Amino acid sequence: MAGPQMVMYDEEFRQINLAIEKLLREANAKVIFLVDKNGQLISGCGETERFDTTSLASLTAGNIAATGGLAKLIGEKEFSILFHEGEKDNLHISIVGGRVILVVLFDSRSSLGLVRLRVKKASEELTTIFDSLMRKAEEKERSGIQEFPFAEITDDDIDNLFS
Amino acid sequence: MSFINYASREINCKIVYYGPGLCGKTTNLQYIYQKTAPEAKGKMISLATETERTLFFDFLPLALGEIRGFKTRFHLYTVPGQVFYDASRKLILKGVDGVVFVADSQEERMDANVESLDNLRINLREQGYDLDKLPYVVQYNKRDLPEVLSVDELRRELNPTGVPDFEACASTGEGVFETLKAVAKLILIDLKKGR
Repeated sequence: MAGPQMVMYDEEFRQINLAIEKLLREANAKVIFLVDKNGQLISGCGETERFDTTSLASLTAGNIAATGGLAKLIGEKEFSILFHEGEKDNLHISIVGGRVILVVLFDSRSSLGLVRLRVKKASEELTTIFDSLMRKAEEKERSGIQEFPFAEITDDDIDNLFS
Repeated sequence: MSFINYASREINCKIVYYGPGLCGKTTNLQYIYQKTAPEAKGKMISLATETERTLFFDFLPLALGEIRGFKTRFHLYTVPGQVFYDASRKLILKGVDGVVFVADSQEERMDANVESLDNLRINLREQGYDLDKLPYVVQYNKRDLPEVLSVDELRRELNPTGVPDFEACASTGEGVFETLKAVAKLILIDLKKGR
């Protein structure tokens, strides 16, 4: 199978949320999202309730995938930062640790320079957390610890989903 | 790849609808969207041209319910079917958990079906997947039209490995949920095995 299974545990989830909340404050941003490259929302903070977060995650991943395709066409590995400027709100999208997408939404109370600076710092911290998360997941898989509740599901459980 | 979040107790899986241009992939998603309770679905997104041909993808998030305390969500995507959008199709297959191949049952579309199925195998292989090992079902769509091939003929050409297959008419919804249930079930069984 291509790529390892993405998992998230309580401890890392807390660390990640602390890191993006700090970034939200320091960058004076409105909302921050973390999205898996496959389009799954990992976490978010700020005024998240104003947005359709699932759609946002999917479109961001599509956006990164499309620009990644463009990058390869011109011989680049990837474009690690995308910036979309709107009339009021702007989006700063960057790739963290090669696997996760960091989306920062900000308006005129902040600036591109400040966001770039803070994102750079936060990215290092997030990369460390995601690296340790990946290691943890791999170790658990190797040691055969099966916390995954699906090992015990029955056909009835699955059928009930569709009833 | 499915995403298992122990912190928020969620499992997210990605299903891709693949098939030749105008075979009814978007129509499948539209029918599912129409018939799903509001609390179980998110917004459907279609990145389409002005003539309503899929340009990049359609996206429909579904929250089916809980299994053993885990919220089970499926993200449904379609690919653009037209041949020249191949670069976009490859991107959408990234991280796929299960595939629905939507075939057009009309005799004149048989070559397009075969070409699209070959294209699916090639594009999956490029991403490191093997179609024969992936949760995968086939849908023979447009059964209501005249000049359609028999299911036996379609099956011989498009489903030699005998994966679950379904007759459908996506515009009226016949066979649409059966197809979705089948692929979702295969994905969950795959997860159960722990890969």
